[in-house]
Amino acid sequence: MTQDETRQAILDIIAEIAPDEDLRNLDDDRLLSDQFGLDSMDFLDIVLELRKRYQINVPEDEYPRLQTMSSTVEYLQPHFASA
Amino acid sequence: MAGDTIVMTGVGLTSPIGDDLATYRKNLLAGVSGVTWIEPRYMDRVPAGVCNFEATRYQKRKEVRRGTRAGSISIYCAREAFADAGLEMATLDRSRVGVFVGTTEHGNVETECEIANIKEFDYDTRYWTHHHNPRTVSNSPAGEVCLNMGIHGPHLCVGSACAAGNAGVIYGMQQLILGDVDVAICGGVSESIHTFGVFAGFRAQTALAMHEDPTKACRPFDQDRTGIVVSEGGCLYVLERRRDAEARGAKIYAEVAGYALNTDATDFVLPNAERQAECMTLAIQRAGMTPDDIDLISTHATATREGDIRECEAIRRVFGDEPKPLINNTKSFIGHAMGAAGALELAGNLPTFVDDLVHPTINLDHIDPACELPGIVSGEPCEAKGARCILNSSFGMLGINAALVVKRP
Repeated sequence: MTQDETRQAILDIIAEIAPDEDLRNLDDDRLLSDQFGLDSMDFLDIVLELRKRYQINVPEDEYPRLQTMSSTVEYLQPHFASA
Repeated sequence: MAGDTIVMTGVGLTSPIGDDLATYRKNLLAGVSGVTWIEPRYMDRVPAGVCNFEATRYQKRKEVRRGTRAGSISIYCAREAFADAGLEMATLDRSRVGVFVGTTEHGNVETECEIANIKEFDYDTRYWTHHHNPRTVSNSPAGEVCLNMGIHGPHLCVGSACAAGNAGVIYGMQQLILGDVDVAICGGVSESIHTFGVFAGFRAQTALAMHEDPTKACRPFDQDRTGIVVSEGGCLYVLERRRDAEARGAKIYAEVAGYALNTDATDFVLPNAERQAECMTLAIQRAGMTPDDIDLISTHATATREGDIRECEAIRRVFGDEPKPLINNTKSFIGHAMGAAGALELAGNLPTFVDDLVHPTINLDHIDPACELPGIVSGEPCEAKGARCILNSSFGMLGINAALVVKRP
């Protein structure tokens, strides 16, 4: 997967978890929680969807890597590349 | 009853034949059935009552996704009832509002969905959702209402099988009488059509209705009945003390004059006419009335042979061999809305106090001789000029009986 494809895959998951939000103005460097009101249960949804859709397991101590779109793509890119 | 008089000032409902009281009443008077075919998971088609209310009228899509169907039904009914009562949260003490939602069961839908989900992953429980516990705790539907409306008073679900609609109203009025709340949002809901287990369970009991025409599947008191039609639904009322309601000039639908809850303690499933009769009698006595004061009996009859016959026997025990009141049944239109049944069936009859009509029981083509009561209104509505009092009965598994007596305001 390219970096853009990885970003799109994450965006698709967020779109499902936050269906009321307009994701077109997403700022990749701002906290996802601030932009879309995502709480801890939403981040667990992101983790669960990554496991379901891409068999990627994010260990609990690495959850902080999912705070912004940029950090998420950076963290997940190697996982997607090998997926 | 001693102390405060409790009145109904708002009605919010969703049913297979209408998502507001006016539409629901119109279809009851017109004889319109709301039963259709559905296909539960793992099963062939079955007749069922389906609701089509607009959940996103009061919830964000994210709330719908995170919550439960029972929660969505409860929120819709609570918000509709609250608006109908002319109340505004901004002018109320939020800690003095309570939410009491009767439920037959809760959590089966969510559990079945998750088991189907992890089946896709070879039953690896790491794929089980973290939403499972908040969705399935037994206060969940009432708690969702409080989250949605910003209510800080007490909330709970009143688990009471198919007596839950009445039991929810009773709990709400008791909270008002105790002085613990000033506004009670209460009644019952059911999302049971989304769990195959409820259908498969009734089928295993040989109590699930079947008919080539789903609109004719629910046939209380009829010789050719085949059992229960499971339905979705919800009905929540706003209850207040009469003096509070009158002080703010609220419209009053009815006074809840009497109530009773009791228990058979004879069987898990089979009803007990003697205890049912005691329940009805107690509700009438608490209303300060005698059976002669009742103008209409809104029956529970679910179209099972045992259930229908024993309820008719209970009615004869209370009202004599030739009962004087008119008698009708709402399940014949909408099926058995389980936890919502008692509340929805009462709501369909409340407009009698305004339009002086009684809606009929439909699908009653050949009456079971054991159910032949003179007052049964069949096929067409009838006039009931000046009708003052309605007895509304609900009975559930494990022998729970609940009766309400409401009177013209």
